Amino acid sequence: MTRFLRCGREAVLAEVDDLDAALALYAALRDARLPGVVDLVPAARTVLIRLDPAVTSPAEVRAATAALEPGGAGRADAGTVEIPVVYDGPDLAEVAGHLGVTEDEVVARHTAARWTVAFAGFAPGFGYLTGDDPTLDVPRRSSPRTRIPAGSVGLAGRFSGVYPNESPGGWQLIGSTTEPMWDLTRPEPALLVPGVRVIFKAVR
Amino acid sequence: MRMTVLRTGPMTVLKDAGRPGHAHQGVAPSGAVDRAAYARANALVGNSPGAAVLECTLGGLRVSFDGPAVLALTGTDAVLTVDGTATGVEEVVRVPAGATVAVTMPRRGLRSYLAVRGGIDVAPVLGSRSTDALAGVGPARPAAGDALPIGPVAGFPEVEAMVAPGGEGPLEADLGPRDDWFTAEAIETLFGAAYTVSPASNSVGLRLDGPALARARTAELPSEGVVRGAVQVPPDGRPIIFQADHPVTGGYPVIAVLTPAAADRAAQLRPGATVRFARAPE
Repeated sequence: MTRFLRCGREAVLAEVDDLDAALALYAALRDARLPGVVDLVPAARTVLIRLDPAVTSPAEVRAATAALEPGGAGRADAGTVEIPVVYDGPDLAEVAGHLGVTEDEVVARHTAARWTVAFAGFAPGFGYLTGDDPTLDVPRRSSPRTRIPAGSVGLAGRFSGVYPNESPGGWQLIGSTTEPMWDLTRPEPALLVPGVRVIFKAVR
Repeated sequence: MRMTVLRTGPMTVLKDAGRPGHAHQGVAPSGAVDRAAYARANALVGNSPGAAVLECTLGGLRVSFDGPAVLALTGTDAVLTVDGTATGVEEVVRVPAGATVAVTMPRRGLRSYLAVRGGIDVAPVLGSRSTDALAGVGPARPAAGDALPIGPVAGFPEVEAMVAPGGEGPLEADLGPRDDWFTAEAIETLFGAAYTVSPASNSVGLRLDGPALARARTAELPSEGVVRGAVQVPPDGRPIIFQADHPVTGGYPVIAVLTPAAADRAAQLRPGATVRFARAPE
């Protein structure tokens, strides 16, 4: 069930029950290309629909969105990427300790899980990945780092992610990759956009 | 033709109509903070609506051109001086090659928009020449000594004058999307109290000091997309108005969203200014 929340004169906020429903609604809106819709912001339980008030109105967008028939979350599928990771992150031992397993087991679970980009945010090219292994659930670091190198692979809550550029951050770092997450020479600079499936592969 | 930057003043950045359509990559629209003033500057010199301009916070910008140029400065009561001679507010100004053009310090307003006939023609990034201060996407900030290319003239005529919208009275806002996360008293406070613009404000957000807005729900809100003009309330209860370079998503509830015209007026508020909110008419 989609609830529509007022969000000023140039947007509508659509709220759904969970992440799967948000991804499905995002995919349906992306494919529908409604007139006057200029940007879509999928998130954990919402999709923000930004519109051009010269072309359409919040009421029209609400009605058109309500008339869409979102399929399953599978409709958001946008291909699969494999990310090679050296599992030498500074928090690997702490994550293993928190989960009560060995470091090798953390790596085994992270590489075995099937990850999907749920939404973007925090920084250009940063995708929030959700996985199918409920045991990979760790708190953020109690004190965020002021400087995290680009390519760092982290965990926070049930999300995994890769820092596209050097930045501050509070995620638990378990490894690093040389695969660029944000590259302005690509037609779409972000490697990880909503719906992309991700497999992490351990390399040395 | 090229424009040489002689001095940038406290803060000068490139801005245009922004880059919508990239939120799924984690990139917000950015664009001019005062959209109406930006549009007026381009219209005055006959540019097409999306042309890039310089957004100059306070004054201090100095430039020169290697050919005759047509300019307009909008947004504040600052004016252009040409080799030291002042011109009028929001006037179309023709300058000869080599003249030194300076932006004076505004007495009212904060951000001035300098449009050059032809537009500033640096390479766009993801379809826009706006520099997003938060995400770091877009052309580099101009520095003294830079020579910025000016584009070919589009063929629109320049216009004599345009009327700037009035700038008095409270900022009009619509409640939502998360007004139900706040107490009834908080809504009353929002539309009744006087707030002060904090010095910690920038093109990302206008931070306000004043009475705290109490939450009715204390749960953590999952991050969700935010818009320009959104009035977000962090745990300390003091509202932040998101401006053009806002993040893609926010993790605190948004109690109300300014009308586009009110968001433009907010762009011109200086630290220390008094802010009041009013319900926008339907």
